[in-house]
Amino acid sequence: MKVITISINGASRQLPDFTSVATLIEELGLVGKRIALERNGEIVPRSSFSTQQLADGDKLEVVVAVGGG
Amino acid sequence: MNDKLIIAGKSYNSRLLVGTGKYKDFAETKAAVEASGSEIITVAIRRSNIGQNPNEPSLLEILPPSKYTLLPNTAGCYSAEDAVRTLRLARELLDGHSLVKLEVLGDPESLYPNVIETIAASKTLVAEGFQVMVYTSDDPIVAKQLEDIGCVAIMPLASLIGSGMGILNPWNLQLIMERVQVPVIVDAGVGTASDAAIAMELGCAGVLMNTAIAGARQPVLMASAMKLSVEAGRSAFLAGRMPKKFYSASPSSPTAGTIGSTHS
Repeated sequence: MKVITISINGASRQLPDFTSVATLIEELGLVGKRIALERNGEIVPRSSFSTQQLADGDKLEVVVAVGGG
Repeated sequence: MNDKLIIAGKSYNSRLLVGTGKYKDFAETKAAVEASGSEIITVAIRRSNIGQNPNEPSLLEILPPSKYTLLPNTAGCYSAEDAVRTLRLARELLDGHSLVKLEVLGDPESLYPNVIETIAASKTLVAEGFQVMVYTSDDPIVAKQLEDIGCVAIMPLASLIGSGMGILNPWNLQLIMERVQVPVIVDAGVGTASDAAIAMELGCAGVLMNTAIAGARQPVLMASAMKLSVEAGRSAFLAGRMPKKFYSASPSSPTAGTIGSTHS
């Protein structure tokens, strides 16, 4: 099985090839959480989590709302 | 009294906007926000703690978007690009919510705004359909430019973020208010209740603060003090203060009929 390396919030992570964004979200325990995700600088809408497949070298940012002024 | 704060066509009863940072826990955040009576509350957008305690409650469970108008900010951004990316993420996070607070900082010590990057980011965000409430310096020319770009509220500092130094240049705030039609909201620098009242007496449409409440010894009590001072300051502004005079020669009590008078 081919393995790809991606970066999530600055940390690298290895995943099997053909992993979808939805599968990754599940693996991270973020299902049902209010998050937003950016892939290589572009927003990935929640509606397309299941159809977008991750590729080697992808850079993801996963964000939440926190206290701030 | 029908005196609403109107931002981007939506009306609000409270003219106090509060941040949600620097509280000791979510319970205190919630209690302070409730005591403030604020309807618009700012939140920051940050990386999720991947793999760390997924059952931890989130801020939006404590302060739900169904109850408050959440104002995602770009605190910590030093470039137009980072600010725009952050707010695109915020819009996705909040299901298409387009009212945002833009702030692009210039240096990490003073947290003074970088107005050049702020102007650039405003242009992009307005073009993308965001309703931009913009944190800026108290420069009236820049404020006017930001309004011309299409920002829905101009939010000049009264003094530096987190400084609690109060209203340092009321004259510049006045210059801004004379030039700008959209709401002018003092954002940053308020230290205590009288500062908020002064901003409102000057005619500002509202006040946004975080540290003045969260940094007080009793944040919830200070939140309630700020609510009262913003209301008092607004009423005083609407009432129209008496002119200042060095002498009045016009006592409040009748001048005639004092006992022991030798003339009638």
